[in-house]
Amino acid sequence: MSILLGENMVGGYGGADILQGCTVAVDVGEIAVIVGPNGAGKSTAMKAVFGMLNLREGRVVLDGKDITALSPQARVKEGMAFVPQTNNVFAGMTVEENLEMGAYLRTDDFRGTMEQIYDLFPILKEKRRQAAGELSGGQRQQVAFGRALMTEPRILMLDEPTAGVSPIVMDELFDRIIEVGRTGVAVLMVEQNAAQALEIADTGYVLVTGENRFTDTGAALLANPEVRRSFLGG
Amino acid sequence: MEGILNAVVLFSNFVLIPGMAYGSQLALGALGVTLIYSILRFANFAHGDLMAFGTMFVILITWWLQSIGVGIDPLPTALLALPFGMAAAIAISLLSDRFVYRFYRRNKSPAVIFVIVSIGVMFLMNGLVRVIIGPNDQEFGDGARFLIKVREFKEATGLNEGLALKLSQGLTIAVTFVVVIALFWFLQKSRTGKAMRAYSDNEDLALLSGVNPDKVVIVAWVIAGSLATIAGTLYGLDKSFKPFTYFQLLLPIFAAAIVGGIGHPVGAVVGGYVVAFSEVTVTYAYKKFLIYLVPESWEPESLVQLLSTEYKFAVSFVILVVVLLVRPTGIFKGKVL
Repeated sequence: MSILLGENMVGGYGGADILQGCTVAVDVGEIAVIVGPNGAGKSTAMKAVFGMLNLREGRVVLDGKDITALSPQARVKEGMAFVPQTNNVFAGMTVEENLEMGAYLRTDDFRGTMEQIYDLFPILKEKRRQAAGELSGGQRQQVAFGRALMTEPRILMLDEPTAGVSPIVMDELFDRIIEVGRTGVAVLMVEQNAAQALEIADTGYVLVTGENRFTDTGAALLANPEVRRSFLGG
Repeated sequence: MEGILNAVVLFSNFVLIPGMAYGSQLALGALGVTLIYSILRFANFAHGDLMAFGTMFVILITWWLQSIGVGIDPLPTALLALPFGMAAAIAISLLSDRFVYRFYRRNKSPAVIFVIVSIGVMFLMNGLVRVIIGPNDQEFGDGARFLIKVREFKEATGLNEGLALKLSQGLTIAVTFVVVIALFWFLQKSRTGKAMRAYSDNEDLALLSGVNPDKVVIVAWVIAGSLATIAGTLYGLDKSFKPFTYFQLLLPIFAAAIVGGIGHPVGAVVGGYVVAFSEVTVTYAYKKFLIYLVPESWEPESLVQLLSTEYKFAVSFVILVVVLLVRPTGIFKGKVL
């Protein structure tokens, strides 16, 4: 039983359906990765799970509860957190203020959570008084993760977290994502760098034209010759 | 030496003090414009008339208080009436938002439509003010006139030139100081203030973080209405209240907000003083000032005035055009209109 399940999702942005009945799921402490060619509907599937577009068919289930009709904000309250691909920090605010904004809905004392995040991302503690917009791409991405984690979510959703960063920074970000997964958070992410992402994935989904083409463990997908040939460049 | 002192006093009396007071009034106005711009994302042309509207209520309440003999001499009675004027300005702002702007916000109209709509709101407020209080000059200042009088200053210092500091000028500078500090504290430290900055910085992410957009918009109007009334009342006490003058203030206020970097509160304050001092320094006649400083043979024959005071609005225009051409983000890197 997965903590989060988007089942047979069909929908798009108003015009033609981009998702043609795709299914994604993630379990507690697990990292699930959605990969696939450009235009496969990876990010769209992510947005559908988070309620940022209306589904014509299918449903989204969180911990046994149907949340298909909830707004994104309501899903945040239910324990989901989403890191968009771009514009995912408050550029004019300091790192610490970004984290505070992540905890905006919390009425309890969130200093403990902030300390945990500083432990997870030590660079953020060092740069806490600096504006997030002045940081490097990789550091900015960590601010975005940190902001999303401030609500102590059960599910962290990442839309192409390594887009536009150097290979070294990408490795570091993947390490951080594994650490987040180890804290018991379910991680669902979309990745352009399919091979590296499948290496850390417990479950991998290969989407093509809005449908599931392959679903297996990350290791099995990497070993699958057809997947390798078609989607991982040999 | 005495010549230099006289020159300094002369300059303070005719440039420094009036510039500081006028700059403070512009800064308060520009803060309101910048705040609405960063939250609602349009340049609010109705801001000048919002100032007039709030100030009109201050004047009406002041007259009523004066008639029943309530006052806080030596301070002007208008200070007592200020909260009522602010309430009226907030009320009309929220009503215009509820019945006008909200419709376009829900439709996700482009910014230029908001600007045109705000011009409509401007005419409406302008009309209301003219119907209620009339288009003429209104007197409502009372209490002491001066903090420092010219004659007393001359007697105390023995200089030829005197220095006057009107109560309204001192009050303007002091009130602006307090209001600006309070506003910055609110924006930097309070939870709602941070939510407003976050909403202005990245609307989508703020919504994802659970910021309530309706609340942010309401708070923005409450602050803008309050600032407009405070600015309008201080301007009215310092100079005089006339609806048309308040409409004209829109230009230097916009210039101030854009020079500083629109959407940037520090920029609005700095911009206010930049515009005010530019206006005052280029329209001041420096003849007497120079006579104190240069040898007799160099004494200027003309007034040494760069622009006559009738052209003071041209100064704002020139600043506006130059900034938009050379550095559209303004001094503090605000947004581009």
